[in-house]
Amino acid sequence: MLTNARALIALTLALAATAAAAQGTAYVSSEKDDALTLIDTQTLAVKGTLPTCKRGRHIQRMPDGKLMVACTDSNAADIIDPATGKSVRRVPLGDEPEAFDLSPDGKTIYVSNEDEGEASFIDAASGKKLQAVKVGKEPEGVKLSADGKTLYVTSEVASLVHVIDVATAKVVKNVKVGKRPRRMAITPDGKELWVTNELDASVSIVSTADHSVIGSIKFAVKGARAEDISPVGITMTRDGKRAFVSLGKANHVAFVDVPGRKVTDLVLVGKRAWNVTLDKAEARLWVVNGLSDDVTVVDVAAAKAIKSIPVGRVPYGLVVVE
Amino acid sequence: MRAPALALALALATAPALAATLKATLLIPADDSRLERSRAERAYLGHPTGPAGDGVQMAVEEGQFELDAAQAGVAVTTQPAASLDAARAAALAAEKAGAAVLLVDLPTDWLLAVVDAVKLPVLNLSDPADRLRAQDCRARLFHLMPSERMRADALAQTLVSRKWTQLLLLVGPSPADQLRAATVQASMKRYGLKAVASKPFRMSADPRERDLANPLLLTAGANYDAVWVVDSDGEFARSLPYRTVLPRPVVGDAGLVAVAWHAQFERFGAPQVSRRFAKTTRRPMTAHDWSAWMAGKALVGAAVAAPKGPNAAWAQALAKTPVDGSKGTAMTFRSWDGQLRQTLLLTDGQGVISQAPIEGLLHPSNVLDTLGADAPEKLCKAPR
Repeated sequence: MLTNARALIALTLALAATAAAAQGTAYVSSEKDDALTLIDTQTLAVKGTLPTCKRGRHIQRMPDGKLMVACTDSNAADIIDPATGKSVRRVPLGDEPEAFDLSPDGKTIYVSNEDEGEASFIDAASGKKLQAVKVGKEPEGVKLSADGKTLYVTSEVASLVHVIDVATAKVVKNVKVGKRPRRMAITPDGKELWVTNELDASVSIVSTADHSVIGSIKFAVKGARAEDISPVGITMTRDGKRAFVSLGKANHVAFVDVPGRKVTDLVLVGKRAWNVTLDKAEARLWVVNGLSDDVTVVDVAAAKAIKSIPVGRVPYGLVVVE
Repeated sequence: MRAPALALALALATAPALAATLKATLLIPADDSRLERSRAERAYLGHPTGPAGDGVQMAVEEGQFELDAAQAGVAVTTQPAASLDAARAAALAAEKAGAAVLLVDLPTDWLLAVVDAVKLPVLNLSDPADRLRAQDCRARLFHLMPSERMRADALAQTLVSRKWTQLLLLVGPSPADQLRAATVQASMKRYGLKAVASKPFRMSADPRERDLANPLLLTAGANYDAVWVVDSDGEFARSLPYRTVLPRPVVGDAGLVAVAWHAQFERFGAPQVSRRFAKTTRRPMTAHDWSAWMAGKALVGAAVAAPKGPNAAWAQALAKTPVDGSKGTAMTFRSWDGQLRQTLLLTDGQGVISQAPIEGLLHPSNVLDTLGADAPEKLCKAPR
């Protein structure tokens, strides 16, 4: 028995080592720890934590390779150098920042300020607020077009995507989408904006040319009712063929064929699957589970969960540094 | 005497009218005894602590962006009424002045007089009376506030999940207490809970009545898992926890209480809602405030769904547009009695302990319908 078990462990380890996982670290923000959890992407084990600002939420890689975490209770972002594992500096982000995006040169931060109902443009170097655009209440997702000219911000209360012209800092269009829109992804050709609707079990597809809703994908999970399917996180492959959408309370991630606008696979993950991140090889999908305090690693080719890793309390977002 | 003041109020309301503005009138009691300072300050769970207009106003203000985008508008006027007749007159006047919807925060009989006087949809902001969802239901009446039975069911489910099945029931002296106790007993029966004893209590310092008033005497002589206190007034219930003979929790109107909202609820964006509310009103958002806010949100939802109106289109949209109440799911009105189906929160007053429906409970169509009167019971005969 014992030798069998040992052999099995040895075999599992060997398999893990050959599973083509590039060496690296996944950084997970969590709302109740004021720290990031670090996961070794090869062993899929937690290797440590890194103190950061208060109530860390959206986390994103900067063009220079550093990490930026928005902290809602610190009204700031923490910038961390993954090479040294140390915080480099803090940038004020206005009241209650939740999500953000960065200009292609990394010099401007576009951030949603929850309580104010504002989208702010912040100078990343000085932390100075350059612009503030009034939007609907509880703004959430922030996404910048690839050319940096158009900013999209969702408002959970108004069920709108605000289309903001970056040059003039003005809302040029309000696009009515599904109930409680959360996160967005833009197809690599720049033509479609995909928006998750948390209380509508759907994704709205918006044309970036005329900002009209040109389609939607409704999600269904066997054994789950429509009201239990609450899509939040979304990401796409670089070739724009596949999207991955977390289905929140339905505890699944949907794999979506982007050109066909069809769900191809559903993968069971943890409780209240929230934000999703692909690794560089697009071989693994990292899913942050807000209500089970863990992260599920999904093998994309097999459409199967490999492992769930306990992280901090109320995990929110994740970035993989390879 | 009343008419000129009313006309003025209505004139003010119509002044900033847009092309198609959904006009609504909020009817409230004049000199509301529930909101007298000494009473409101006690903030008993399940009782209001401020005017219903606060929540309605917040919903309309924060809905402005959505309304503008749809080129729609909502305008709400508040009209106090000092009696049943005054409430009815105010309702008729509002209807005549073009109101599309009435919002009502009034005693049960006044509310019924209002509904029967007009042909408009009426949103019940605050009355949990079960009879408004059963024998006295109306086709145009919608309830934002959860019914007494929903609250009792939520608590009963929670007790089942804890395996606290043996209960001592303490019931207050008012007619409301008697009615609510019957609702509680029915919920207990539905969920297989047992009342080991049911005793009346009274607020009194009279030594001759001590059997009825002394918590130690009231909670002696039986074995139980919890004490369920039915106290519509609230003062006795508040004094009961930690004063029982056996070291057992108190539930019902103190201890653990089922409510529509609590300002400490942490999930589903709830803190942002409570914070916005507290910022303008300088008080924590209660279940009454949440229901009023939801009524405002229902108006905004109807206006956006049918930006051009007319009143009939808004009435239709109101009945079927889901409303987001920051409790995790979009909420809709039940087709059989107009009750807003919703998650309830179990609170000890400090925080939110759990939610109902409890996890693992099943229902053929919507698990939220395990709370309150369900369709097959056919308790409401008014056709919709």
